[in-house]
Amino acid sequence: MAALVAEYRKLVSTRMWWLLLIVLAGYLAFIGIVMAASFVFAPEDESGSVTLEGVDAARAIYGLTNAVGYVFPLVIGSLAITTEFRHQTITETLLVEPRRGVLLVAKLLATVPIGLVYGVVGTLAVVGASAPLLAGWGDGAFLGDRSVLAVLALGVVVTVLWAMIGVAFGSVVPNQVAAIVVILAFTQFVEPIARLALGAFDGTDAIARFLPGAAADGLIGSSLFGELGGSGELLSRPAALAVLLAYAGGLALLGRFTTLRRDVA
Amino acid sequence: MGFTGTGPTLSVAGLGKTFGPIRAVDDLSFTVRPGAVTGFLGPNGAGKTTTLRMLLGLTRPSVGRALVGDRPYAGHPTPARVVGAAIESSGFHPGRTGLGHLGVYAAQAGVDRARCRELIEFVGLADAGDRQVGGYSLGMRQRLALATALLGDPPAIVLDEPANGLDPEGIVWLRHLLRAFAAQGRTVLVSSHVLAEVQHTVDDVVIIAAGRLVHASSLTELAGLAAPETYVQSPAEQALADLCRARGWSTRPDGAGLVVTGVLAAEVGAAAYAAGLELHQLAGRGVGLEDVFLRLTGGGGS
Repeated sequence: MAALVAEYRKLVSTRMWWLLLIVLAGYLAFIGIVMAASFVFAPEDESGSVTLEGVDAARAIYGLTNAVGYVFPLVIGSLAITTEFRHQTITETLLVEPRRGVLLVAKLLATVPIGLVYGVVGTLAVVGASAPLLAGWGDGAFLGDRSVLAVLALGVVVTVLWAMIGVAFGSVVPNQVAAIVVILAFTQFVEPIARLALGAFDGTDAIARFLPGAAADGLIGSSLFGELGGSGELLSRPAALAVLLAYAGGLALLGRFTTLRRDVA
Repeated sequence: MGFTGTGPTLSVAGLGKTFGPIRAVDDLSFTVRPGAVTGFLGPNGAGKTTTLRMLLGLTRPSVGRALVGDRPYAGHPTPARVVGAAIESSGFHPGRTGLGHLGVYAAQAGVDRARCRELIEFVGLADAGDRQVGGYSLGMRQRLALATALLGDPPAIVLDEPANGLDPEGIVWLRHLLRAFAAQGRTVLVSSHVLAEVQHTVDDVVIIAAGRLVHASSLTELAGLAAPETYVQSPAEQALADLCRARGWSTRPDGAGLVVTGVLAAEVGAAAYAAGLELHQLAGRGVGLEDVFLRLTGGGGS
């Protein structure tokens, strides 16, 4: 319990968490407006258009918190570990809590409130930016629709999971620069390409569903990526939740028995 | 700071650590008693920090064991309340305030924020507590590290090179503090690569070199190993050298004169007077503790 308090205080006692939060909100609001505008004002007579309509458009846009914003909780989670190594506070941390498994679990749990805040703020930013456009010029904002509410709520849940996966990933790659580079490269480049490539063939599209981003889409039940031409097949919600938890747990175990097993110098 | 009682004995037995082909610490055994300040001395790279890290559960020994009282450091339920430690390589997040830093670790030391404020004042950082550590000087970081070590009012205190970066006033303050801790019955272990730095602070010394124990005793016993030194300078250099050789004294050149080891100034003066030798300088250099230290650690060069 004391470890949990300490880890939470570490996260909120520097500026990073709210700086990233502001960037997240601004970025999601911007993308929300752009996406909503592209759906609302798209010419309707164009054949082969991928433009979504009605409640599908609303769900796809509201799912941006995950589809576009997930790099933020990943990064803030990874920082929970990597800053300790970068600034060598890990020494003091292990002096007051030598049980390294306890330390890692405390870090995983302490990011839950941060993930919640990121999820709620990110969702508010997307909805705040896009709903007026959808309601005013499109087919409606659908904010009372049950499937839309599920997307919004699960968007928050999935953000919490991303933050925890970030912590677990940081425990595997404790070098801060390396961790951020890998997160950016994977989320912006490797995974989208892998999803496209694997999704293009019948034999491999099942694998694509298990990629973390695809699993998160499965949990939300809305895939902007899929709607825009990628593999549309998603995991069921329970299966997607299990896959995401497995990513967090698996990476954390790996980190526990690599980084956190070593001597700390 | 109201500790009364007896701190735990720190003991290291057959401790060894190898990094690849390098034996950083080799079959090291010593104990640190409560109620005294023990200096843990050795040249840079002797294995001091590695030993302290093993004592504090940060590094796993290759062989042997290190105990705090009856068990390893990590075996204590709330280690920060048993040993307060500041290790040289430990760092601070530059974007956290001094008080924020203490606040982070306060929970696991079982203390509240009032204690953090009390400590930040105690170490002389009252005005800097709300500033970010990124703007702290080395001396201020040392003081903050000390405050962190003292959070849980621990009965044992382990400090790695605590005088580094402190101003002379800070060093005197630290000396009084460590003496007071020992007087309260706490166990105090302080590492340094300069004997002179802790000479006026410590009761006992543990000296290592190249990972091995070379000497462990009280400071008084260490001083017993030291020979007095006398600096002497004469315009008749050859006559002076002849005199020393005739008396069987060992000397080494030092600037324009000679340093005679193992002989008091009065004796050198008397011999020169008897030989009718003109002297321009004659000065006792006291007991050369630093020389003993250098000799023991193999850095004497003679």
